[in-house]
Amino acid sequence: MKASKKEFIAETEDILFGCQQLLLEIQDTYQASLNPDTINALFRSIHTLKGLSGLFGNHEITDLSHALESLLDDIRLGKINITEDVVNFLFKNLDILNSAVDGVKEDKEYDLKEHINNIKTFRESWKEGNIGPDIKGIIDDSILKVLSEYEEHRLKANIKNGKGIYLLKAIFELSTFDTSLEDLTKKIKSEGELISTLPVSAHVPEGSIGFNLMFASNKQLKELQKEIADNIEVLVRSKQAVTEPDKKPGQSIKSQAATVRVDIDKLDRILNTIGELTLAKDAVRRIGIEVAEVHTHSPFVRDIHKISQSLERKLSELQKEVLSIRMVPIGQIFSRLAQVIRRYSREMGKEIVITLYGEDTELDKSLAEEIVDPLMHLVRNSIDHGIEPVKERLAKGKKEQGCIILKAFQRGNYIVIEVTDDGRGIDIDSVMKKAIEKGMIDPSAGVEGELINFIFAPGFSTKDVASEISGRGVGLDVVKEKLSSLGGFTDIHTKKDEGTTFTLTLPITLAIIKALLVKVGNEKFGLPLTAISETVAVEHKDIQTIEWKDVYYIRGEMLPIISLAKIFGIESARNDVSFAVVVGFGKRKLGLLVDEILEQQEIVIKSLGEYFKGLSGFAGAAEIGRHEVILVLDIESIIEKSLIRQENYS
Amino acid sequence: MRKDVTTKSILLVEDSATTRALIRAIIDEMDDFNTVEAGSGFEALKLLPTQEFNLVITDVNMPDINGLELINFIKNNPRYKHIPLIIVSTERSEEDRKRGIALGAMAYITKPFKAHELQEAIKQAITDEGI
Repeated sequence: MKASKKEFIAETEDILFGCQQLLLEIQDTYQASLNPDTINALFRSIHTLKGLSGLFGNHEITDLSHALESLLDDIRLGKINITEDVVNFLFKNLDILNSAVDGVKEDKEYDLKEHINNIKTFRESWKEGNIGPDIKGIIDDSILKVLSEYEEHRLKANIKNGKGIYLLKAIFELSTFDTSLEDLTKKIKSEGELISTLPVSAHVPEGSIGFNLMFASNKQLKELQKEIADNIEVLVRSKQAVTEPDKKPGQSIKSQAATVRVDIDKLDRILNTIGELTLAKDAVRRIGIEVAEVHTHSPFVRDIHKISQSLERKLSELQKEVLSIRMVPIGQIFSRLAQVIRRYSREMGKEIVITLYGEDTELDKSLAEEIVDPLMHLVRNSIDHGIEPVKERLAKGKKEQGCIILKAFQRGNYIVIEVTDDGRGIDIDSVMKKAIEKGMIDPSAGVEGELINFIFAPGFSTKDVASEISGRGVGLDVVKEKLSSLGGFTDIHTKKDEGTTFTLTLPITLAIIKALLVKVGNEKFGLPLTAISETVAVEHKDIQTIEWKDVYYIRGEMLPIISLAKIFGIESARNDVSFAVVVGFGKRKLGLLVDEILEQQEIVIKSLGEYFKGLSGFAGAAEIGRHEVILVLDIESIIEKSLIRQENYS
Repeated sequence: MRKDVTTKSILLVEDSATTRALIRAIIDEMDDFNTVEAGSGFEALKLLPTQEFNLVITDVNMPDINGLELINFIKNNPRYKHIPLIIVSTERSEEDRKRGIALGAMAYITKPFKAHELQEAIKQAITDEGI
């Protein structure tokens, strides 16, 4: 009756990852206001894990998760208060579970008895005992008898905190009750905490189903009737004087935390609106300019000019404020990574010292979430392939302990994150060999700086090269792809026996960017300003062809040139002078030939949607006013393509 | 142990797909049972009127309604109150067990359990109800 090992590992890994996320949320919020649902969700996950490992037949994991579940049960039932120690203890045990699951992968047995006893001791030492109010007689027995122990605890805790307990009876069509009920519970949850959902069939017409919803709220009945539904009855009156906040000034029930949690989607919508306001502002400015041409000295012109300027200032302030709300310090991610390093290095039997720099560097919350996996990947890579075993290190005259440095800093509108290890470095020769083997490069033309980037190519792997994460089967190409999709890029510096630095560079925010609008033939395109280093006028007669590549000499330096008209198959309107927009850095510099340079504008990039998903070369589309929509180029992928194209020509 | 050749229907309510599959496999080892799966309490409420069930096996801790609430619903509905119920739970809560039995469940089995434990409980539940 055993579930297959692979399925077991996949599911437990999922569960444990979920647990990690929940625990992080608990860590972030327990001091201010912890959502009981989070603790409960963590409890449920561990409880699922227990059942799963029991059915799989792994007693060690079953027993450990059982012990952990009991601990979490005490926590959710309020018998143990959450403190930093408790959170750390839980983290430690998640690590142990992770190791144990990895052990299953390698058919290794872990003896977890000691850990199980530790949990028991920990529980005993923390139990404070928290007997809630007696609710028998207060709440009707017909309700009490169906509450699970947890729900009963939540009921007691809410009564103890002076919340009102309310009962709402609702009847729905049997066929559609789940969606209607969901709407209703959503409303309830926004006013308080839903404690139990009891389906009933008595006094309910055929084809319908009734629900008795018991919930706690600190609001008064009248307010709840207005916000949720009329037929709410009071089971326990709220003791909180919410409607008279100034009654007892000494004993304020005001929340101590001066923060609110905001759904990131809401901020996205605000940013969108700001983006649209920006367009309106540009329209005002344009009208100002047009009017000025006709009525040079009219006071109206001055007024319009002034207004559009002040609009511009205020809008950019507003935008900055909203963007700053979305910012989170990268330290949050670094600490997660540090945990992975600690756990993983222990498993690999390598001792690693972690150093963090620039934890206060901020980046957009949504970007932060996106960047976690790539970073995790690189870190595991360093531990797996970078840092040598102790023996090898000592033989090389290195310190016994390996060293991993996570560093973040801001450069212009970009945030740069570096993952550095002092390991064996990447063997350039084997990269070279493999790249030639795969037909990716010409053996006669190889530059170290570019060559190393091949380890980011899809499907590229040599045994010596750090391109595969053990057990995950995901190559570094995924890291690169992710960064590219975020408008960022990757870079590597490596030196044999000294170590490797992976550098991830990505824009601080994705929402609004400054773009340079250009014209090619009849088409307009937007190029993210951050990717552009300069623009130069280029006379066509000065363009030379070297080894099938178009190049242009700029201040004595050779710049590869590629025409956007050629890339997109558009007919160029110019045959004498064009403009080269110089993008990229160092060896990856490229001049994009365009017919005209129009203006700079702030744009809100919108996704091209599911249909055009596979289309490379575009970061999205943006409206630039007057209902005109342009395509915004994905510079990184264009550079990439042009490099490959040129390799193919040679 | 085959007493009757007519196929009986079991409604299996459990939010974990893996546990559901495993319980189903245990039931399938026995003869003559047709298992209908519900991934949540809500789904179970919707499935109940669609056909005659001879047994309901339910988890306690589920995201929408808990197993006790489901049992209470079944036992208070004249149409369903004859259906025997078995609780399969990871809860080792004595309190939950007591409530479940008080509400009318025939058995309270805690995960992890042996296949034959559940099979015995199923046989017992169905025989006791005299089906």
